[in-house]
Amino acid sequence: MRDIAIVSFVQSDCVRDAGARNEVELIMPVVRKVLDNVGLESAQNVDFTCSGSCDYLQGAAFAFVLGVDALGAVPPIKESHVEMDAAWALYEAVLKIQSGQAESALLYGFGKSSPGELPIVLSQQLDPYYLAPLWLDTVSSAALQARAMLDSGEITEREMAEVVARSRKNAKSNPHAQLKGDVSADELLNEPTYLSPLRKHDCCPVSDGACAMVIATVEQAKKWGKPYAVLKGIDHRIESAHFGARDLTKSPSTEAAAKAAGVANGPIDIAEIYAPFSHQEIILKKALGLGDDTVINPSGGVLAGNLMMASGLSRIGEVAMRIINGECKRGVAHATSGHALQQNLVAVLEGA
Amino acid sequence: MSAQAEVLQQAFTLGFTYTRTTGLVVGRFLTALRDRKIVGIKGSDGKVIVPPMEYDPVTAEALSEFVDLPDTGVVKTWAWVKHPRGKHHLDKPFAWAQIQIDGSDIPMIHMVDAGDESKMSTGMKVKVRWAEETKGFITDIACFEPA
Amino acid sequence: MSDANKEALEPITGIESPVYLDYNFTAGQATARFLTKVKEGKLVGQRCPSCRNVYIPPRGACAACGVATNEEVELPHKATVQSFTIVYIPIPGNPIKPPYVIANLVVDGANISFLHLLSECKNEDVRIGMRVEAKWKDPSEWGFAMENIQYFAPIDEPDVPAEEIGRLKDA
Repeated sequence: MRDIAIVSFVQSDCVRDAGARNEVELIMPVVRKVLDNVGLESAQNVDFTCSGSCDYLQGAAFAFVLGVDALGAVPPIKESHVEMDAAWALYEAVLKIQSGQAESALLYGFGKSSPGELPIVLSQQLDPYYLAPLWLDTVSSAALQARAMLDSGEITEREMAEVVARSRKNAKSNPHAQLKGDVSADELLNEPTYLSPLRKHDCCPVSDGACAMVIATVEQAKKWGKPYAVLKGIDHRIESAHFGARDLTKSPSTEAAAKAAGVANGPIDIAEIYAPFSHQEIILKKALGLGDDTVINPSGGVLAGNLMMASGLSRIGEVAMRIINGECKRGVAHATSGHALQQNLVAVLEGA
Repeated sequence: MSAQAEVLQQAFTLGFTYTRTTGLVVGRFLTALRDRKIVGIKGSDGKVIVPPMEYDPVTAEALSEFVDLPDTGVVKTWAWVKHPRGKHHLDKPFAWAQIQIDGSDIPMIHMVDAGDESKMSTGMKVKVRWAEETKGFITDIACFEPA
Repeated sequence: MSDANKEALEPITGIESPVYLDYNFTAGQATARFLTKVKEGKLVGQRCPSCRNVYIPPRGACAACGVATNEEVELPHKATVQSFTIVYIPIPGNPIKPPYVIANLVVDGANISFLHLLSECKNEDVRIGMRVEAKWKDPSEWGFAMENIQYFAPIDEPDVPAEEIGRLKDA
C-alpha cells in the first residue's frame, strides 16, 4: 500500500437555495481555490479527476458532464464520475493511485437539491418493485429507524436533542454552516414532532453547494512542498436493500468498514460523522467504536448543513484540514449513502 | 463585468416511464397480491422473508421455497406522517410501519391508516386493506389498518 | 372475485412503474443574463479572459481553460451554418411539421455554435458554410427564450470555407 496524502480541501457555504447558480458556477469557485492552494493551474496538472453528484437532485440530465466545464478539460483529461457522494470518488481515486495509474487526483462533489423535493427524489433510490412505488421518503425511513432505537432503549429523545444542541454550538465556528447557534436540549425537546418520533431539528437541512479536494502520493505531495494529512485506511460496506432484513438499530456495515480501515489501531482525537439525522450519530459513534475522549463533529456535522453528494467528502476534508492545521493527530471520517445508513465508508487519517 | 441577472425559474416534471420485468420471485409475490394473498419466501436459515427476496441476504443463496401467509401482522416500528407529501398515497396523516406478517420473520414496509397517532403503538396488530381493484402491484395492498 | 378475469390467470411477469418528479429549474447566472438580453432582442455572449474565445449561449465558464467568463460581448445577428440535419420524423409535441432543417449555427464573432431552425429556402439547398440571418418574431412576443428568433434565413453573402467556421483556437 502506498500512503496517500490529502493536500488541500475547500468547501462552499451550505445554502438553502443557490438560486441562479448552475453546476459550473457552483463547482468552479471550490475547484479554483483547491488548485490554487496547491499551486496548480488546472485539472491538467493532476493525473486523474473524479467527481460525485446525482443528476436526479436537480432533475438535469448529464449535469455532471456540464460540470466538467469548470475544469479546463482541453486537451482531454482522465476523468471519471460516481453517481454517489464524492467520498466514493475519493475511493475510486485511491484505487487508481494504489494501482499505480496516477500519482495525484482532483476530487469534487456538488449538489443542487433546491430545485426538487429532496426526500421524495431520494425515495427513488429504493427497490423499484416493493418500496419506490410507495414513495417512502428519506425522512420517513430515518423516523422508522429512530423509533426502533427508542423502542430498543438504545437511545432517548434527550440524547437525540443533545446531539442537535452540540451540532448547533460547534457550527458557530464553521463559516460554511447553515444552522448554528446556542440552543439547549430542553428547548429542543419542547418543539413539536415533525415526523414522529423525529422533530424538525433532528433532520439535516437541505443545502446547495460543493466541495473539492486534491490528493497525491506522499512523494508527489513532498514535491509540491505542501503540508498534508495521510490517509491510513479507507473501506466501504453495504447492507441489504430489504429494510426488514436489517437491524436498523445497529450499523454492521460501518463496523466492518471501521475494522478494515483500522480505526482501532490508535487513539482517535476527532471524528467527522455523516449523520443526517440526530439518532444516527449515536448509532455510528458506537459502530465506529469511539469513546467519550473523541471530539465528534467539531464542524457541526451535516445537521448544520448537508450538501448531498459532497457532505461525505467534506467529512474527510474537515478531518484532513484539522490534522494539517495541527489541531489533532489522528482522526476518523465517515460517509453514508442510501436510506437509514444503508451504505457506509470509513477513512482513517493521521499527521504526516 | 456582467450585472447580476435576475433568477429565471421554470417548473417542470421529469417522467421516467419505465416498465420492468419482475423475474420469477417478485412476479410470484405480485401475482399473489393480485389474488389478495401474501406469500413469503424461506431464507437459508429457515426464516420467512416478506416481500420475498431472490437471494438470501446473508448467504447469497438463490431462494425458491414460497410460504403462504395470512394478511395480518404486527407493527415492529413506525413513524407518524403528520403532513403527507404530495406523492404519498394517503392524503391524510398516516403511519409508515415495518410490519411482520404473521408466520413470517422478516418484516415489510407499508403504510398504516390508523386515523390518529395515538392509535399507533409498536406491537399493535394490523390487517391488510386491499385495493378496490388489484393488478399485481405493491399498492394492491392499499395500506394496513388496526386489526 | 370482481377483478378475476381471463388476464388475471396469467402470472405477473412485468409491471408498469412510471415515476414523475417535479422540479423548479433555475437557469444559471450566465444563462439568465443571456436570456434577459434575448428578451430585449439582443444576442450577448461571453468572452474567455484567457483564450479570448466567445461563447454563446454562455454557461459562465470557458470549458477549454476552466476559468469563469464574465466579459459580455454583443454579437450581430448573422451566422454561418456549421452543420445541419433535415428532420423527417415528427417529434411528439413539436408543432413544426417535417421535413425541416435544424442547423448548428456560429454567430459572427463567436467560437461556439448553437442549434436553431433554418427556413425560407429549399431544404436541399442548405449547405455547410451558408450565410444566414436571424428572423425575430414581433417584439410583443419576446420572452426569455431563443424562440424569440423564429428561424434563421439565408442571406446573399459568399459561403464561409468550412475550416474557418468558428473553430476553437488551439488551447
